[in-house]
Amino acid sequence: MNIFDPQGPIAAADKTILIDSIAIMLAIVLPTIVAIFAFAFWFRQSNPRAVYRPDWAYSGRIELVVWSIPALTIILLGGVAWIGSHQLDPATRVEGTGSPVRVQVVSLDWKWLFIYPDQRIATINALTVPVGAPLTLELTSASVMNVFFVPQLGSMIYTMNGMITPLNLRADQEGNYQGLSAHFSGDGFPDMLFDVHVISPLAFPDWVANTARSGQALNRDSYNKLAQQSIEATKTSYRLEDPELFGKIATRQIPPGPGPQLTTNPAKPAAGVGNAR
Amino acid sequence: MLGKLGWSVIPFDQPIPLFVGAVVLVVILGVIAWVIVAGHFPYLWREWITSVDHKRIGVMYTLLAMVMLLRGFSDAIMMRAQQAIAYHSNGYLPPEHFNQIFSAHGTIMIFFVGMPFVIGLMNLVVPLQLGVRDVAFPTLNSVGFWLTATGALLVNISLVVGEFARTGWLPYPPLSELTYSPGVGVDYYLWSLEISGVGTLVAGINLVTTVLKLRTKGMTYLRMPMFCWTTLASNLLIVAAFPILTATLAMLILDRNFGFHFFTNEAGGNVMMFMNLIWAWGHPEVYILVLPAFGIFSEVVSTFSCKPLFGYRSMVLATMAICLISFMVWLHHFFTMGAGPDVNAIFGIASMIIAVPTGVKIYNWLFTMYGGRIRFATPMMWSIGFMVTFIIGGLTGVLVAVPPADFLLHNSLFLVAHFHNVIIGGVLFGAFAGYNYWFPKAFGFRLHEGLGKAAFWFWLSGFYFAFMPLYALGFLGMTRRMQHYDVAQWRPWLIAAAFGAILILIGIIFQVAQLVVSIRRRAELRDRTGDPWDGRSLEWATASPPPAFNFAISPNVTGVDAYWAIKAHAKQQDLEKREPDYADIEMPRNSPTGFVCAFFATVMGFALIWHIWWMVAVGGVGAFATFVAFAWRDHDEYVIPAAEVARIDRAIIAERRALLGLAGSP
Repeated sequence: MNIFDPQGPIAAADKTILIDSIAIMLAIVLPTIVAIFAFAFWFRQSNPRAVYRPDWAYSGRIELVVWSIPALTIILLGGVAWIGSHQLDPATRVEGTGSPVRVQVVSLDWKWLFIYPDQRIATINALTVPVGAPLTLELTSASVMNVFFVPQLGSMIYTMNGMITPLNLRADQEGNYQGLSAHFSGDGFPDMLFDVHVISPLAFPDWVANTARSGQALNRDSYNKLAQQSIEATKTSYRLEDPELFGKIATRQIPPGPGPQLTTNPAKPAAGVGNAR
Repeated sequence: MLGKLGWSVIPFDQPIPLFVGAVVLVVILGVIAWVIVAGHFPYLWREWITSVDHKRIGVMYTLLAMVMLLRGFSDAIMMRAQQAIAYHSNGYLPPEHFNQIFSAHGTIMIFFVGMPFVIGLMNLVVPLQLGVRDVAFPTLNSVGFWLTATGALLVNISLVVGEFARTGWLPYPPLSELTYSPGVGVDYYLWSLEISGVGTLVAGINLVTTVLKLRTKGMTYLRMPMFCWTTLASNLLIVAAFPILTATLAMLILDRNFGFHFFTNEAGGNVMMFMNLIWAWGHPEVYILVLPAFGIFSEVVSTFSCKPLFGYRSMVLATMAICLISFMVWLHHFFTMGAGPDVNAIFGIASMIIAVPTGVKIYNWLFTMYGGRIRFATPMMWSIGFMVTFIIGGLTGVLVAVPPADFLLHNSLFLVAHFHNVIIGGVLFGAFAGYNYWFPKAFGFRLHEGLGKAAFWFWLSGFYFAFMPLYALGFLGMTRRMQHYDVAQWRPWLIAAAFGAILILIGIIFQVAQLVVSIRRRAELRDRTGDPWDGRSLEWATASPPPAFNFAISPNVTGVDAYWAIKAHAKQQDLEKREPDYADIEMPRNSPTGFVCAFFATVMGFALIWHIWWMVAVGGVGAFATFVAFAWRDHDEYVIPAAEVARIDRAIIAERRALLGLAGSP
C-alpha cells in the first residue's frame, strides 16, 4: 500500500513530483522555522545583549525579499504543477508492451465489478492484469460516488453514476497489490477492497480462458442481484453474457442501485450492515 | 400528529449515545434547576440572554464554542480509539455509529466550534479596537448568536432523538439523497445548518457594517488594528459565501423532501454540481476561520514583542489578497474527478498563489519579533506554536495543490492531517491565544499563566503525536473514514495517533482547570489597569471589564497603534489630569427578540426534521410574529446620563492613577 513503493510508471511519476515538491518547499520552510526559534530565543526580554528597536516596523528591502521568496517558490512549483498535470493526466494513454487491456470498472454498494469487454469476462473485487501492458480503464458508479485507487499504481479517480471517467495505468512488477475505495460510500465502505493480481503476459490468456469457463453468467438478472447492497467476501468471476452491460449501467438504461432495504422503523429506516462481516 | 416521531426513534439498543445523552440531559436540567432555585434566572435573563451588548454576545459565542469543543473532541477520541482497536475486528463502534461520529465531529468542529469562537472574539474586540460603543446592529447580533445556538442544539438533539447524518461533514449526493440515506440524519444536518447559517450571515453583515461605518474619530482604514482588517476580510467572505451554502443545502432539502432532482442520480440530477457549489462556499469558509486567527496573532506578536507590527501595509494587502483569491480555488477539492489537465493545473496554481500572501504574513510576524523584547506569556506561546505548526500545514497544503501529488494523497489520512494541521494549528491555536489575551478585558481578571502554559504544551505535543502519524498513514495508502482495516502496517501509527488524542485530552483538562482556578483566584489575578499586557490598541484604553458604553469619551486616533501613542503622549505631557467634558450616552435597550426567535426556530427546525407540519407552522408564525413585534418597537435606546458616565469614568481613572502612583512613573 506504500505510495513510496510504486509498481508502475504513473505511480512512480506521481511519487517523483510529490518528493520534488516537498524538497522545493523544505528549502524555504526549514530556514524559516529555524529563524522563528532563533528570533524568539535571541530577542527574549531577559537577554540584555539583544538590541531593542521599539519603533522599527518597516524595511523596503526586507519587504521585497519576503514577497519574493514565496513568489519565486510558487512560480517554480506552479511549473511543476502545470507540466505534471499535463504529463500525468489520467486520460492520457500510457505506453507499454503487448496489446492494451481494456477494463470497465463499476463501483457498486459495496464491491467493485471489473468487466473485461474484449475477453467477455467479469470479476468481483479482483483485478487481474498482465505485467507491462497498457491498462485502459473506464469507470462508472452504479450508485453513490467512490474513488478507484491502487496506491502502488497511482492516480486515483472518482466513479460517478451516469458518467464515465477514463484512467490509464500500467503495472511493471508481477505480484499482488491492494486496491480500495478512497471516497466514503456508506456503511460497507471499509470493505470495498479489491486485489490487484499482476501476472505474466503468458499467464494472462490462461487466466482469461479459465475465467470464461466459469459457470456463472453476468447478464441483467445477475447484475441486478449484485446491485443490492452487500459486502462480498468471495471473489466471484463471471462469463460476460451482455458485452454492452457497462454502457447500459453508465447511461442508466439499467437503473442505479436501490440503496438500503427499508424497514418500518422511522429513525433507522435502513437495515445496517453491522453484522454482515 | 407527531410526524415520523415515536418511541422507536430513541436508540435504546445503543448504550453509548443513550448514556451520554442521559448524562448531558441530567447536567443541563441540574444547571437550569440550580439557576432557578438560587434565584439567578432574572439576572441571567436581564444581563445575558436578552443582552444586545457586543461584549456579552461575544462571551456567549465563545462559551458556546468551548462547550461544543468538548462534544466535538469526545467524537474525536472515540474515533481514534475505534481505529486503534479495529484491526482485523469490528472495534467497539458499529459502522452506523462510527459514520455518525465522524460526520458529527466535522460538522460540530467547523460550524459550532471554529465559527462561534472566531465570531465571538470578533464581537468582543472589534468595537473596542475601533473605539466605538457597539456594533452596527445590536439586536441583529443577538439574533445571530441565538440562531447559531439553535443549530448546535439540533445537532445535539440528534444524539438521543433519531440519528445524525452518516455521510461525512459535507453530505455529498447521491449518498445524502433519500434513496441512499432514508433516515432523519441528513435532515438534522441540513436544518441545523440552514438555521445557524442564517445566524452566521447576520453576524457577517453586522461586522462588515461595523468596520465600514462605525469607527472613532481619526480611525482611518489604514490605522485600524490588523485584527479589524482580518475581521473585515473574513466577514466579507461570510457575506459572499454563506448564501451559497444556504442555497446548496436548500436544493438538497428540496431533493429529499419534495421530489426535486438537483443532485439525484435520476432525472438529470448532477452530483458534480453539488461538489462545485459546496466547495464554492467551503474553500472561502476555511479562510473565514483562519483570517481572524491571523489577526489575533498579529495583535499578540506585536504586543508581546513590544513593537509595532512589521510591514503593516503589506499585511493589509496580504489579507485582502487572500480574501479575493480564496474564491478562485474551490476545484482543488476534487482534482481526482477527472476535470482535465488545464483545469486542474490552473486551479492548482491558483491555490498555490494563496501561499504567497500567507507566507508574507509569516515573515512579517517573524520580523515583528526581530528587535523586540519578547515576553513569553501564554498568548505568545500559542502564537509561536502556531507559526511553526502552520508552516508545516502550509507545506502539506501546497503539496496537495500539485495535482499529480494529489492523485496519490486525495481523501487519504494525509489530507486529514493537513486540514487538522491548519485548522488546529491555525484557527484553534489563534482562538486560544485570543482567549488568553482578551479574557482579562472581558472579565477583569487574567487567566492563570502556569496552567495556561501546561495546557499549551499538552495541546502542542498532543497535536504532533495525533497528526504526524496521520501524514505517515496517508503515505501508506490509508484512506479516511475507515471503520475497520486489515493492514498490519497501519496499526502502530493509529495507536500513536490515539496516544496524541490522550495528550490533547490532558491539555483540555488543563484548560478547564485554568478557568476554574482563575475564577477562584480572581482577586489576586485582578486587572485594575485595564491594560494587563501593555497593549497597543484601543481595547486596552478602557477598563477591564469595560463599562456598557465602552468609552466615556470617544477616543481620537492619530496613527496605527492608537493606545500606544496615547500612552506615550500622556507620559510626555501628563495630559491625563485634564477632566474631559462628559455627555449623555444613548445605548441600545436589551431585547428578547433573539432568544424568542431562536426558540421558535428550534421548534420549527425540529418539526421540519420529523415532518410534524402543524408544529412547523407554529414555529414559523412564532418567529415571524417576534420579528414583527420587534419591528414595531417604540423605544429601542436608553440614556446613560452624563453624571453617571462621569462617575464611572472618574472611578476608572482614579484606580489607574493610584496604580501608577504605586508603580512610580508610568
